Amino acid sequence: MLNVGKIEEGFVLDHIQAGKSMSLYRHLGLDRLDCTVAIIKNARSGKLGKKDILKVECDIDTLNLDVLAYIDHNITVNVIKDGEIVEKRALELPRILEDICICKNPRCITSIEQGLRHIFYLADEKNEVYRCRYCDERARGNDSGS
Amino acid sequence: MNGLRHLMSPMDFSVEELDAIFDVAFDIEAHLHDYKGALDTRILATCFYEPSTRTRLSFETAMLRLGGRVIGFADASSSSAAKGESVADTIRTIACFADICAMRHPKEGAPMVASEVSPIPVINAGDGGHHHPTQTLTDLLTIRALKGSLSSFTIGLCGDLKFGRTVHSLIHALTRYDNIRFVFISPAELVVPDYITELLDEKNIPYEATRRLDDAIPDLDFLYMTRVQRERFFNEEDYIRLKDYYILDRKKLSRAKSDMYILHPLPRVNEIAVDVDEDPRAAYFRQVQYGMYVRMALILTLLGETKAGINRGLLIR
Repeated sequence: MLNVGKIEEGFVLDHIQAGKSMSLYRHLGLDRLDCTVAIIKNARSGKLGKKDILKVECDIDTLNLDVLAYIDHNITVNVIKDGEIVEKRALELPRILEDICICKNPRCITSIEQGLRHIFYLADEKNEVYRCRYCDERARGNDSGS
Repeated sequence: MNGLRHLMSPMDFSVEELDAIFDVAFDIEAHLHDYKGALDTRILATCFYEPSTRTRLSFETAMLRLGGRVIGFADASSSSAAKGESVADTIRTIACFADICAMRHPKEGAPMVASEVSPIPVINAGDGGHHHPTQTLTDLLTIRALKGSLSSFTIGLCGDLKFGRTVHSLIHALTRYDNIRFVFISPAELVVPDYITELLDEKNIPYEATRRLDDAIPDLDFLYMTRVQRERFFNEEDYIRLKDYYILDRKKLSRAKSDMYILHPLPRVNEIAVDVDEDPRAAYFRQVQYGMYVRMALILTLLGETKAGINRGLLIR
């Protein structure tokens, strides 16, 4: 059993689908932050069998976690302060996704226009449907750019 | 209508704003000469990255009839796009020359990219299989002209309902009006996309789907015919198999109501037999005329130049 120590302030993202932690690492921009991050892969889980966990030591206002709701609704977000869980944060679907997914429609202008961001808007909250701002193509689960 | 506005989708304007544009269009129809100097210092740029005769000429004629002038290009090979220039850079350049731009592009969303950086109004004149809002405005104006209102009728849409952008936009636009019933007439391979039927279900708007035009035609107040478009198919065999699936001829038309109108976004290939053209119910060439009036009204509105109408007592927002 591998032991990773407690963090004083930051987030513990639990119940990440096994194998998805590196994708979250990039989508949250953790590669650009100067903070301590523990990536735990394939931890044992009673609920999922195997799961990933991310522990991020940072100011709790630093990260925008909304994108997690789009990637995986089942992730548990624990907010840590002074070494204790102070909040289990509910995830809300973001209204806009910027450069999280790539439009796969070959007829879309995003396929040729230089420097154009891939922007999707929340078209149907109930069914969690996002559509491309430019061509209205539906985002698919595997459209993630990473 | 205040501030810089663009037209990307028919839903960009409220029903009230569309009514105001249609009022101007009808005023233009009745008093065409009064508008001949309305835009005499203004320039329209027509940026057409793919061939289009009807739409481009309709825009250009609309501007010329308002006394304005026109610059532009008719295909991508005669523009800087052939050198690799982005849409954003092209519109920034065009905006230095012109007061308003109509853009057609084979890539979906290209006019929206232009509108995001443009200091002048941009009109989407067709972006791939996505939107063609001025065709929808044309269709709505034609229906209002023929029927007197945009509510309480049954409309049959026939042909390519899968790839036909004009059909999707028209259905979407008509969902905002009362008491309209849709009949979708298409082969199984070309049925309307799920998102359209989901939208109708959500709004409790009645519709039915059938493969047989003969069965559907007696109940219709409007029959909107479409062409099966070769350019929307990746597979030539599928196109050839489906292109002649529906042909409206006099025999089929004999089953229709005496006051049913036939609409078509044109160009027609052979889905409407030429002998139908003489029937008073054939309204597709009148539709072309209304297309020019509505583009005139749209250009005036986006440029905030509705003095001719205001002078006549029309209330333009």
